[in-house]
Amino acid sequence: MKDQDISKLEAIFQQKIDDDIKIEPNDWMPDAYRKTLIRQISQHAHSEVVGMLPEGNWITRAPNLRRKAVLLAKVQDEAGHGLYLYSAAETLGADREKTIDDLHSGKAKYSSIFNYPTLTWADMGAIGWLVDGAAIMNQVPLCRCSYGPYARAMIRVCKEESFHQRQGFEVINKLANGTVEQKEMAQDALNRFWWPALMMFGPNDDDSSHTEQSMRWKIKRNTNDELRQMFVDVTAPQAESIGLTVPDPLLKWNEAKEGYDFGPIDWDEFWQVVGGNGPCNKERVDARRKAKEDGKWVVEAAMAFANKRNAKKTA
Amino acid sequence: MSESKGWPLWEVFVRSKQGLNHKHVGSLRASDATMAIKNARDVYTRRAEGISIWVVPSNNITASDPSEEDSLFEPSQTKVYRHPTFYDVPDGISHM
Repeated sequence: MKDQDISKLEAIFQQKIDDDIKIEPNDWMPDAYRKTLIRQISQHAHSEVVGMLPEGNWITRAPNLRRKAVLLAKVQDEAGHGLYLYSAAETLGADREKTIDDLHSGKAKYSSIFNYPTLTWADMGAIGWLVDGAAIMNQVPLCRCSYGPYARAMIRVCKEESFHQRQGFEVINKLANGTVEQKEMAQDALNRFWWPALMMFGPNDDDSSHTEQSMRWKIKRNTNDELRQMFVDVTAPQAESIGLTVPDPLLKWNEAKEGYDFGPIDWDEFWQVVGGNGPCNKERVDARRKAKEDGKWVVEAAMAFANKRNAKKTA
Repeated sequence: MSESKGWPLWEVFVRSKQGLNHKHVGSLRASDATMAIKNARDVYTRRAEGISIWVVPSNNITASDPSEEDSLFEPSQTKVYRHPTFYDVPDGISHM
């Protein structure tokens, strides 16, 4: 295609975005838009799938049948979210097997929060409350994302996340109002998950390389710092109301900005975990790789069975 | 579209309740139609979203070309006389 044709197509494309007209799979789009979306959607899918591991860790040890049924349903939802998202990535021409191989080789990233271990039952509360809470903050604006299939997948995901957050808050609230040991356990979980939850929104705006272009394309609707501030503003009072202390001595209500001020984030830790040196990075990716290896014969057998039956039908 | 080495892709349509049409909800991979229906149940109807599912191999769907949008759909926009509001009905005439 000639350069002037491309710039004409680009102008039409940007006009559609500016007019809030959704982009659909067969529409013309700039290569960089396609690549950015494939990267973001597949990383998002990987996060949902890897996110099953820290919680799956506690399914067999849930304290009672009710909690166990709830946790199972929640983890099953995460699998579903991963599948909606892999499908959305495929509409852009991404090869599903290749995206998954990129996760296994370490080339593709997923949310760093899942590289922290789940040491006690209270972590199931902290994850639902804080991690799913932060995810909701990130995902609600994505329901208005310019790419149709991604936006539609996010609408389904957001409907389900709300149950996730509430069940987590119920778990942590119960512990926070329980025995002294239970309360300590709840506080300990908050201490360990608070800062990693704030890191989920990504680097500060000044250091975020993708934000500006993504906002022009309406893939992203708010900056990392805006979303992080919203999260702190809604979550800090929730902690207070159940008698837990946010592990940040600098956290303080600021009347002038009608929001909380909070302490600096340890970005060294963030980049260490992103770079593969978090407490559980290796364990998580190994678990995914093993799942694929161990399940390979099932994938092949099912396909062989289908082919054999099709051959019989046409014979 | 690149072809995955694994299972083929299926498009999923769900009827949310009796009396409504099936609506496209997304896609998934499965080795055959039976598995596609089972997976669609787990992936797309975990919260009573449907009472009936259709699955269609994605490569059996033929889509209109977005670049032909104007020639395909523009004519219907210029034919305002196809809509009842185009016509004048005198005051006092009812049931029309």
